[in-house]
Amino acid sequence: MNERRMKWMLWIVVLALGLTACEKKPDAATGAGGETIVRIGSVSPLTGPQAHLGKDNANGARLAIDEINAAGVTLGGKKFKFELLAEDDQADPRTATVVAQKMVDQHVAGVLGHLNSGTSIPASKIYADAGIPQISPSATAIAYTAQGFKTAYRVMTNDLQQGKVLGEYAVMKLGAKRIAIIDDRTAYGQGLADEVEKAAKAAGGEIVAREFTTDRSTDFLAILTSIKAKNPDVVFYGGMDAQGAPMVRQLHSLGLKAKFLGGDGVQTTEFLKLAGADAEGVTGSSPGLPIDIMPGGKEFREKFTAKYGAIQNYAPYAYDAARAMVEAMKLADSVDPKQYLAQLPRVQFTGVTGQIGFDEKGDIRGGAITLYRVRNGKWEVLETVRGEAPPAM
Amino acid sequence: MDILTQQLINGLVLGSIYALVALGYTMVYGILELINFAHGEVTMFGAMICLAVIGALAGNGTGLDGGVIVLLGLLAAIAVCMAMGFLIERIAYRPLRRAPRLAALITAIGVSIVLQNLAMLIWGKQYVTFPPLLPLVRYELGGAIITNLQIFIMVLSCLLMAGLLVLVKHTRLGRAMRATAQAQDIAGLMGINTHTIISVTFVIGAALAAVAGVMVSAYYGLAHYYMGFMLGLKAFTAAVLGGIGNIAGAMLGGLLLGVIESLGAGYIGALTGGFLGSHYQDVFAFFVLILVLIARPSGLLGERVVERA
Amino acid sequence: MSTRWQKWKQNRRAAWLAYIALAVLLAALPFLTGAALGRGWVRILDFTLLYVMLALGLNIVVGYAGLLDLGYIAFYAVGAYMYALLASPHFNLHLPFWALLPLGAGLAGIFGILLGAPTLRLRGDYLAIVTLGFGEIIRIFLNNLNAPVNITNGPQGVNLIDPVSIGDFSFSRTHSLFGVDFPGIYTYYYLFLALALLVIFVSLRLQNSRIGRAWVAIREDEVAAEAMGINTRNIKLLAFATGASFAGISGGLFAGFQGFISPESFNLFESIIVLCMIVLGGMGNIPGVILGAVLLTIFPEALRYLGELQNALFGRILVDPSDLRMLIFGLALILIMIFRPAGLLPSVRRQREFGSDASVLAQEQASLYDTQR
Repeated sequence: MNERRMKWMLWIVVLALGLTACEKKPDAATGAGGETIVRIGSVSPLTGPQAHLGKDNANGARLAIDEINAAGVTLGGKKFKFELLAEDDQADPRTATVVAQKMVDQHVAGVLGHLNSGTSIPASKIYADAGIPQISPSATAIAYTAQGFKTAYRVMTNDLQQGKVLGEYAVMKLGAKRIAIIDDRTAYGQGLADEVEKAAKAAGGEIVAREFTTDRSTDFLAILTSIKAKNPDVVFYGGMDAQGAPMVRQLHSLGLKAKFLGGDGVQTTEFLKLAGADAEGVTGSSPGLPIDIMPGGKEFREKFTAKYGAIQNYAPYAYDAARAMVEAMKLADSVDPKQYLAQLPRVQFTGVTGQIGFDEKGDIRGGAITLYRVRNGKWEVLETVRGEAPPAM
Repeated sequence: MDILTQQLINGLVLGSIYALVALGYTMVYGILELINFAHGEVTMFGAMICLAVIGALAGNGTGLDGGVIVLLGLLAAIAVCMAMGFLIERIAYRPLRRAPRLAALITAIGVSIVLQNLAMLIWGKQYVTFPPLLPLVRYELGGAIITNLQIFIMVLSCLLMAGLLVLVKHTRLGRAMRATAQAQDIAGLMGINTHTIISVTFVIGAALAAVAGVMVSAYYGLAHYYMGFMLGLKAFTAAVLGGIGNIAGAMLGGLLLGVIESLGAGYIGALTGGFLGSHYQDVFAFFVLILVLIARPSGLLGERVVERA
Repeated sequence: MSTRWQKWKQNRRAAWLAYIALAVLLAALPFLTGAALGRGWVRILDFTLLYVMLALGLNIVVGYAGLLDLGYIAFYAVGAYMYALLASPHFNLHLPFWALLPLGAGLAGIFGILLGAPTLRLRGDYLAIVTLGFGEIIRIFLNNLNAPVNITNGPQGVNLIDPVSIGDFSFSRTHSLFGVDFPGIYTYYYLFLALALLVIFVSLRLQNSRIGRAWVAIREDEVAAEAMGINTRNIKLLAFATGASFAGISGGLFAGFQGFISPESFNLFESIIVLCMIVLGGMGNIPGVILGAVLLTIFPEALRYLGELQNALFGRILVDPSDLRMLIFGLALILIMIFRPAGLLPSVRRQREFGSDASVLAQEQASLYDTQR
């Protein structure tokens, strides 16, 4: 170690110690109208391949917060103003925990997010430790609410419900006796495929092949050739559109006559673009209702598009998640997470996406699944399957 | 037995694409002992540029035939990729000729990351589709199905590989390349401009990569900025399997890897009594590679590495 | 410079002062970072320390023994899964931390030997591709061993992993000492720091030991090393096992710290990044490796501010910062390697190699080409 280096080091230490001395204590800010500012976090991937979905979620939440602020909030005799703190988790589990920590540091009253299951799950532990309620607009993995955390909620139907609907549909409506299942070995694909397998078996179908691929693959000829030998009526794929589209093309090029079925990863406009003419006749499902059927869908679309442009996917759910959080605060007459967390299970209201209320695990009650089929290059609604009806108020 | 025939066809088509990409790795390695990690990315650029040209010409009232448009795209891709190969070598690798080999490896990784993200900035993160310009014809072959595109891919790969073999074995340029690979300094003393020869090697490898990229995107109907990474990795594995540095080895390794993967995915379940399924496809391929290397540490056709004293 | 340097060396009091200053800085670092940049950055510091341990482990295999390993992250995964499976509700096992860490290190070490044994005859790039394959095989098994018997829980990963705790002292909770609050991520920092220092200490001691010199001998010339009576087989296996066990420790800590692991955290790109850390910092040189690990963990995080920078400069975001991040990262790798091919802080031995014969060779080469043209 030489002299210059050592001097540098001393300087750094002095500078760093000086910095700590100037640490500022964050205190409750007050708005222009004398209201107390309350922060609510929104976490989703704002950059990267899913940025368009992430921004959509943040904007959905922002719309709700703006409306609530405009109406005015008075709780416990005090006036409050909400402020949305939107952060980026890059859809990466490790980054998600860093951002979750940031949220806790900023003393947010609650978090709307994250977008993916893979990020919502590791982050939920940090929120649970800090006692901050988390409502995800779009995480569907069963594990998210199955961890026993009191703080984890969602307004989206989970994979269990979707898998059940898909499996039953394949057997009952498509009349499939022999079913082949492929998944992409991701948390989403495998989770959904397992539920479909269970439901299809329960409904009397036979699983003749269970094959696997990855979320990076483009060549499915080998597994499709083995599937062809088993002669199935339906091929279900648990995975995303980027694999689903070439898969359905290769299925046709091998001369396989089976019907192709997918979950919400396949039921996308991107799938239509990638699969081209081969998309015709493919069935896909999506949690929730199509926006035209949602109770407040039309009105929401007008408000949202005027402000932020076209709705990508989950914005209405983010909107309802924000409203559910504020409903609980109203019930508790407090913005304190400790107080209003206890009231979240009692929340009941009609949101944009339907009746909002939670079961004891934190899942939405009576979530709906909609089935679509490609006809003339467009997804057309086949039917909507609802879960158990919410209890009447 | 039509299933087995079908799996073999699947494997051979996949394998000829691997072989074509593997040639680029093996040629560069033969001369510089450098794993050119960026080679897979050059393949991706080939696909992307071809699709960009197709996108500009197709459905634009040019009235050109589908085949002509694809050919123009292919030529553009080859030209751009050759320039890329030249520039990559000139900018990123030449300054490191005398540096430790690992430094060059890290640079190669850096180039790969840069090219990938550049492609993402230019063409976006979404998949790009290959429009159905070429008519697809299916033939029956012993109960299995083979398409005209698959036949075309295999034939073109074989022609290109044969051409490359002739070039390396029977031309002046080929002799200079072999001399440079043997001993760069001595080749220099013999009046060979080794820098030029190395550049030419990169350019030829890049041209083959461009063809492979276009074939992949036409075959699967799509291209993506990330596609080069996995393809490159598989091709590199194929090159090592055959014996890296050996051109015939790269071809053999590529075809073998394609067939192994295909048969692995198709039969691994039956082989292990249902314990392992098609999700172990890659494990199977790597396992074969490790077995081969234990038996023959320098690959199937590789020359024995002489211990450096 | 050299006389001053010697004078300085004699001035031990100043040296002590510098070490104390460094210790104070390391001890105060989480508080400084937390105050200046927020606690999210303390979490990044924690990850940095995990990467320091990882990089030092790989440094033994690649830097000391010269065995190019592209599947190193597999050992990190083994350590992490060992911890996760034995301390989570998955098997309903909750082994204590002091048992888990050595177990994870040991198992990773055994895997290191498992990888090393069949590959002893392979050299250079053949070894690279086999280690790469090995890393992928481990990841694929972790991703798929949920059926027919559920061992790893497959792609869903293992959740609700016990936080690190020694006795009743849980590292994930906030503790108070002398009226100062130590939140979980701060106590984790001190634990990771202590273990990183231990790994540094072991690396330092190994470097100049008999074994360390044997590793270098193998790296430089395996035939000559064998002729000098070095049992190259055992020494190579020892390098694999030691490097792997460091990764095993780091992986176990990662599992306890995160509370959730899934196979996607252990992909090939992570292996490549760790390799980049050691080559960039200066292979074989401990301060260099640490610098490389710190830079490559912090740099991509710091590049997140690119968005804010663009906002300030142009009033809006022109290019998505995450797109630029990796581009800049790749460019930095290329530039550093072109201008400092031996790394930012090269080891003395390598520096010497580069200082003398490389430049002489280059000169010879240049003059040869001159006459040729």
